[in-house]
Amino acid sequence: MKPSAFRYALPSTLRDAIDIRARFEDSVILAGGQSLIPTMNFRLANPEVVIDLRKLDELNYVRVADGVVRIGAMARQRVVEQNDEVAAANPLIRETLLNVAHPVIRNRGTVGGSLAHADPSAELPTLLTTMRGAITVCGPSGRRTIAAEDFFEFIFTTAMEPDELLVEAAIPALEPGEGWAFAEFARRHGDYSVAGVAVTLKLGADRRIDRVRLGACGIATTPALLTECERFLTGKSPSPELFAEAGTLARDAVTVSDDSATSKVYRQHVLAGLVARNLTTAMTRTDGA
Amino acid sequence: MSTRQFGARVQRNEDDRLIRGKGRYVDDIPLEGALHGVFARSNVAHAKITRLDVSRAAALPGVLKVYTHEDLGSLDMKMPLLIPHPCITHGRTQYPLARDEVFYVGQAIAFVVAVDRYVAEDAALLIDVEYETLPVEIDLRRAAEPGAPLVHADVPGNIAANLVQESGDVASAFAKADHITSITVHCERSTAAPMECLATAARWDEVSGELTVWDGTQAPIGLRGALASLFDLDEHAVRVIAPDVGGGFGPKIHFPYANEVLVPLAAREFGRPVKWIEDRSENFVHMTHERLQIHDIELAATRDGIVLGLRDRFLHDTGAFIPYGIAVAQVASCQIAGPYRIPNILVEFSCVYTPTVPVTPYRGCGRPQANFAIERAMDQLADELGLDRFEIRRRNFIQPEEFPYTRPNLIFADGLPVTHDSGEYEQALRALMDALDVDAFKADQQAALEQGRYLGLGLSFYVEGTGLGPYEGGHVRVHPITGKVFVNTGLTTQGQGHATVFAQIVSDQLGVAVEDVIVVEGDTGVYDWGVGTFASRAAVVSGSAVHKAAVLARKQLIDAAANMLEANPDDIELSDGRAFVAGSGVDGVTLAEIATASNPLRYAFNKAAERATQFAPAARSDGPPLAEGAHPGIEATDYYAPPHATWAYGVHGAIVEVDPMTYGIKIHRYVCVHDCGNMINPMIVEGQIAGGVAQGMGGAFYEKLEYDEDGALRNASFMDFLIPYATEIPHVEMIHQETPSPLNPLGIKGVGEAGTIPVAQVIASAIEDALRPLEIAPIRKVPLSPSLLHSYVTEAGLRK
Amino acid sequence: MTETTEFEPNALVRINVEVNGRAVSEEVSTRLLLSDFLRHQLRLTGTHVGCEHGVCGACTVHIDGTPARSCLTLAVQVDGCSIRTVEGLANADGSLHPVQQAFKECHALQCGFCTPGFMMAVAGLLDERDDLRTAEDDSIREDIAGNVCRCTGYMNIVSAVRRAAELTNEKG
Ligand SMILES: Cc1cc2nc3c(=O)[nH]c(=O)nc-3n(C[C@H](O)[C@H](O)[C@H](O)COP(=O)(O)OP(=O)(O)OC[C@H]3O[C@@H](n4cnc5c(N)ncnc54)[C@H](O)[C@@H]3O)c2cc1C
Ligand code: FES
Ligand code: FES
Repeated sequence: MKPSAFRYALPSTLRDAIDIRARFEDSVILAGGQSLIPTMNFRLANPEVVIDLRKLDELNYVRVADGVVRIGAMARQRVVEQNDEVAAANPLIRETLLNVAHPVIRNRGTVGGSLAHADPSAELPTLLTTMRGAITVCGPSGRRTIAAEDFFEFIFTTAMEPDELLVEAAIPALEPGEGWAFAEFARRHGDYSVAGVAVTLKLGADRRIDRVRLGACGIATTPALLTECERFLTGKSPSPELFAEAGTLARDAVTVSDDSATSKVYRQHVLAGLVARNLTTAMTRTDGA
Repeated sequence: MSTRQFGARVQRNEDDRLIRGKGRYVDDIPLEGALHGVFARSNVAHAKITRLDVSRAAALPGVLKVYTHEDLGSLDMKMPLLIPHPCITHGRTQYPLARDEVFYVGQAIAFVVAVDRYVAEDAALLIDVEYETLPVEIDLRRAAEPGAPLVHADVPGNIAANLVQESGDVASAFAKADHITSITVHCERSTAAPMECLATAARWDEVSGELTVWDGTQAPIGLRGALASLFDLDEHAVRVIAPDVGGGFGPKIHFPYANEVLVPLAAREFGRPVKWIEDRSENFVHMTHERLQIHDIELAATRDGIVLGLRDRFLHDTGAFIPYGIAVAQVASCQIAGPYRIPNILVEFSCVYTPTVPVTPYRGCGRPQANFAIERAMDQLADELGLDRFEIRRRNFIQPEEFPYTRPNLIFADGLPVTHDSGEYEQALRALMDALDVDAFKADQQAALEQGRYLGLGLSFYVEGTGLGPYEGGHVRVHPITGKVFVNTGLTTQGQGHATVFAQIVSDQLGVAVEDVIVVEGDTGVYDWGVGTFASRAAVVSGSAVHKAAVLARKQLIDAAANMLEANPDDIELSDGRAFVAGSGVDGVTLAEIATASNPLRYAFNKAAERATQFAPAARSDGPPLAEGAHPGIEATDYYAPPHATWAYGVHGAIVEVDPMTYGIKIHRYVCVHDCGNMINPMIVEGQIAGGVAQGMGGAFYEKLEYDEDGALRNASFMDFLIPYATEIPHVEMIHQETPSPLNPLGIKGVGEAGTIPVAQVIASAIEDALRPLEIAPIRKVPLSPSLLHSYVTEAGLRK
Repeated sequence: MTETTEFEPNALVRINVEVNGRAVSEEVSTRLLLSDFLRHQLRLTGTHVGCEHGVCGACTVHIDGTPARSCLTLAVQVDGCSIRTVEGLANADGSLHPVQQAFKECHALQCGFCTPGFMMAVAGLLDERDDLRTAEDDSIREDIAGNVCRCTGYMNIVSAVRRAAELTNEKG
């Protein structure tokens, strides 16, 4: 299990990286390598060119300002997870990251890499989608920002053009008093999950649900937004029964079919449970709860 | 007198090296200028090879040669069927490289030799193969049915072997019974997945003509014999070394694998060292598998739950070949009655070919399956008769006064009828009940249920025939320079701590520190009588042999010391690396001095040698320096051949909780009561059990090799074949019981596989107990995924 | 700012790395994995390879002070970095690192194949958490999940983590 030979490029600026990307048909980006190198070791990927972004300090940052957490593509997952400013602005980010693989993998894995990889079972794409975050990409014709909901198109497929690079992820901060929760169920700790659910929940002055965001991983060909559940919940008074009903409603969002280890109905069952449980957790974290 | 080391929690001699990164596994052996081999393997299950063209691969710069079967000369032959048995009517083994037909995904087709592994892998991908695929049947049950596609065109019904054994009179037992219960159980195919995959390196010495092979094997002496025979060499011209081996668990006892033939061949041809290091993805499709069996078992019992008779018919999946004979199936068949008296047993099995990786023993070797069958059946019998699960077991145990307890005509792998040597089964069961506080648990279970929580208690008894012969040897020698003691056996070690436990045994006899006993194994150049490390036999068989050799060496030391100190041998004591007259308060002589003095040819090149001359001679002889029959130095070899297997046993129990939201299982407690006779080192015993339980957990919950209907292995990676991490394994509470085996001088029984055997049943019975209120169908299959459990519950809901 | 560079397939690239405190300057092929570089080029064979796809953790080393999988890293990626392997755990005088001492005392290894990677992961953990001495089993287990051991059943490794924390503490 050794990678096949490739042309190795080590750009020192984003500009150069984009130039190289534009010059070759078959290039891959080496960010943390935690998804890319396994596939190369298996020779499932045999790219002509590997573009190593490790010198691009301009993509390695985490900033919190104006109610938005901005994460450079090359920021390591572990660094973001341990950043207290980020956790203060949006604690859902840390809670989600703790479910991504294992600490040693997160030490190397980058936020940009996980988003670009676009695994529908992965946690970060779901976080971005649930939070209605935005992803900025940059190509020969400049930068553009894509809503997370539009960014993930299919399994391992994004709205990025082949000559573009992912440069930044932007995630809104939570509002004061907004509750949050991320939890998933995996057969083995640290694995991609059977299903995972991200929630934020805000109550209005009338104690009714003012705003709720709900998204899930592992259940469809892209990170899934549970918009029907969101609609259903908005304006209602939170109660265990309501959350259970939301869970039941979420079942329809599962579109992946049975695989050898996991049946669709089982995935639906887990999803329903997680939705209800995470709503409850988020509820206890709202102010005044 | 120094304290007895046998039975002490001695820290391991082998650790210092390993924790410093100084282990020497095959791929760590420095071999200057080594070439690297890579196999090209079949990616179809069953096919005729219509074209095989290696020219593009061979032309790649850096490639020295690409071997196909045509390049093998006299080695292009069927590999041996290692353990023949008269019931194997259609034994088939494979060629090192496929000829014109492949029989499973992963079968070796060609062997690339190149300057490094990277280039060799590049070349392997350039090999052009075309196939004409043949129909396959992967499902074990269907493969054994008439009309199924054949794995070997000349093996009707895919049946390699069929064996019926009857102990007692089963027909009358069933006729007499008040109640008959019958079930079918199913254990899935799995793989041992040692952390170090297979590995072979070889070098032909131009000067001596000797072939040296470093191999991650559990049986270097056997492999040495096989290589000598294949390459037509004298045995002493072949040296096989199993250096540090990163876990074995069974499949490394099998030989010769294709690599063990091709690597030496290429090394000879190129006059350079060659190595082949299996990678994880090929380990899944190359190293042998085990576990898939389907048992149809019936018990005939009285109203009171006394089991009078047992009938078991099972299918054993042997994969595409049967190189290791019927070992796995035979071992399974011999433990089918567990710890129970059951006087009438009929057990029949068929070994069935399927187009998959061949099957040889993996830790447990058929016992986990047999145990699952009998223990599931006992649970069901209890249920049907309205008896408690503990009580029904108690009523059927072989009682202490009934040992040795023989099951006539049920022939074990050593060719002898099953004979349980000793045990206190009921006491073990009682210890488990006390530890789990079964009555208190019932109340907890009820209370939890009222809050919508599902708690369950599961248990499994097990027995394990261990310490099989035929024999092992032990060699002990006191080093004249340092006074350290060298010990050799014909075994290998893959982590079992031989360098410590054998040292403890020797330490007690010779009065030297455990650290000063150096155990060297796994090298035919050092010691080459013996069989190998498997079947929980090392401590029992080699331990006994080492003990016997140490007793002889002790006598030599005492006699020599008595001569040197001009004392009576009866007064000599050995302690702290010296021999002295008991109670004399005098220093006496060191072991180095005795060893030096015992060798008539000596030079005073150190203090010990100088000092040795100050004493009287070590041997009293008026004749030549070595008397007739005497030998120089302090050195002894002895052998041990057990009369038959010793039977270890135990009972595991667990309290689990099923989360109805995820069907994830939380194991609140896991208790293991076990008896492996006298323990040489309880710390190491506990390590073996904890590791075994973890592997058992893998089998109970996760580990299933998923072949699709075309015979491709879908989960051939650690990403998809789930091995438990620390988070998936519970803390294991252990209760030791020590009933000495009467069969060997140390009273020990084996423990290597014990942990693994009962786990699947413990989990199945616990989950069944937890979900009883939901009226799920009984659990008959492992592994148990949450998705599967969910389907059981859903089906139960639909039935209601 | 360094220049952008590009290398042909199979080109040899010079890298400068500090390995266990020693400066190393070597030419490596661009596709060479860090694990192979350490094992076969530098002959630091203590770092083991159990899967080469990131799951088992046997190959764990420290890159600039943090544990990482050497099988999922190219040697060229660590140019300019400092690497610590199991061979660099013990002190210069040969005395054992607390993790090594604890693994031995607690019988946390059997075949020893997973051990170097495990110890490197635990050494990293000790740098990060100061509550390990009293931590619950479950929380330790979560922190060491990510390394596979097929022999020990992990129980003694959990004890060794606690013991290593104790030893670290004793040393101050
Ligand atoms: C054992 C194991 C378990 C794991 N478990 C999980 C898990 O539970 N959940 C989870 O989410 N992940 C998991 N991962 C994956 C891990 O989180 C990866 O770190 C992540 O998916 C990819 O990040 P990376 O920085 O390593 O990207 P890389 O592996 O370097 O790249 C991944 C892909 O993204 C592309 N890419 C990377 N950066 C950019 C960019 N800036 N612009 C354009 N394209 C880019 C690459 O070309 C490549 O195709 C696991 C990995 C391992 C080895
Ligand atoms: S070898 Fe690197 S994680 Fe297994
Ligand atoms: S000690 Fe063997 S794999 Fe851990």
